[in-house]
Amino acid sequence: MTDLLLGPFSLRDPARARGLASLLQRYAPKDPVRIVHVCGTHEMAIAQHGLRSLLPRGVEVLEGPGCPVCVTPTGDLDRAVKLAERGAIVCTFGDMTRVPGTRVTLAEARAHGADVRVVLSPAEAVEVARANPERDVVFFAVGFETTAPGTAAVLLDSPPANFYVLSSHRLIPPALVALLAGPPVPIAGFLAPGHVSTVIGARAYRVIAERYHVPVVVAGFEPLDILYAIALLLRQVREERAEVENAYPRAVSEEGNLRAQELLATAFAPSDAVWRGIGRLPGAGLSIRDELARHDARRAFSVRVEEGEEKAPGCLCSEVLLARAVPTDCPLFGDPCTPLSPVGPCMVGVEGACNVWYRYGERPEL
Amino acid sequence: MCLAVPTKVVTVEGNVATVDVQGVQAQVRLDALGEEVRIGDYLLVHAGFAIRRLDPEDAQETLALLDELLAGEPPASEAGPPPA
Ligand code: SF4
Repeated sequence: MTDLLLGPFSLRDPARARGLASLLQRYAPKDPVRIVHVCGTHEMAIAQHGLRSLLPRGVEVLEGPGCPVCVTPTGDLDRAVKLAERGAIVCTFGDMTRVPGTRVTLAEARAHGADVRVVLSPAEAVEVARANPERDVVFFAVGFETTAPGTAAVLLDSPPANFYVLSSHRLIPPALVALLAGPPVPIAGFLAPGHVSTVIGARAYRVIAERYHVPVVVAGFEPLDILYAIALLLRQVREERAEVENAYPRAVSEEGNLRAQELLATAFAPSDAVWRGIGRLPGAGLSIRDELARHDARRAFSVRVEEGEEKAPGCLCSEVLLARAVPTDCPLFGDPCTPLSPVGPCMVGVEGACNVWYRYGERPEL
Repeated sequence: MCLAVPTKVVTVEGNVATVDVQGVQAQVRLDALGEEVRIGDYLLVHAGFAIRRLDPEDAQETLALLDELLAGEPPASEAGPPPA
């Protein structure tokens, strides 16, 4: 069966899926295990293709902090809102405009006259800056190692003087380590995000396997890719191994995309960063290097914001992001919290677990 | 933001490629790629920047690996009763 959009990259034939499903049963662990992935696209594929229904009893696969929009702290959102209210043009990805900060969303600020624009790429934000030389233009940059190289590239490509970046970029490996530190639910293994891994390489997860003795399998996004990766992971659990295995070699190498890594290292330095709902994580964010300070919105504009941990009363997002709860555990799921009127950030981002479960009608116990 | 769909290169000019996704054309920057791109290549693109060139034949390699795993294991029915 070939998917139109994916053409030659479609991996979803039913015979192999059945084979993998029975293999999963064979690898079923004796005790219940929790597998965590950190990728909205994985969650969508799992929900859309009903892959949870093929898991052996006792095996749970949960989305951790895999949605960049969901983990962007309210302090950064408030900062972006204030910059827009003060007259800067704020450019960002679409979902970011609808995430509630402490006071308002960027979309609400826009409704009150602020100039907030949705872009699909950091390169577009630079074009906005070139077209408006008399205005300050701030690119509110969110995303993991997949999107950060683009931000790095425009920062290093002599952007105009009126172009600034508010970096809320986040790094995946330190977040995985942080998840392991948190009781009460032990994590039996990670499905590593395919395209983050394209950039950082499979080797980036060695620390997790070697120091924490937790298996990691890099997974692609086709249904067969995901089932194959889960099978490898369960086999490791069963054999009490903790290694990094690459189930997505067509897009991920051991060392990753060295050019993208070089861009990241030249434009940014890893820094401690707040993940909304989780807290401050060491080395899990990207700050703009001193050499590029003149384009750093944090340093160029003094804006006072509270570094809060605000969340709506009753919202379970923190638990969902820590892979300790599923969206339907939340009493607000579906009523009143929906993608059209989200209560928490996990319902806003299309990669947020709540948003995905709402759209695909996921049920945990099929 | 994180579209996992491969796009096909239609033209290349300097560090910008035009790609086609189901008839919709878009511009993609090649700065973060570090490998040569030709017309007809498939690219993995995130937020307007290519992060990897994909070879359709490599999808077959994944299937081969997967078949190897499937072939190496007896069917579930021969492996004893599944744990309750
Ligand atoms: S359903 Fe809404 S309120 Fe509940 S955890 Fe998800 S985002 Fe928060």
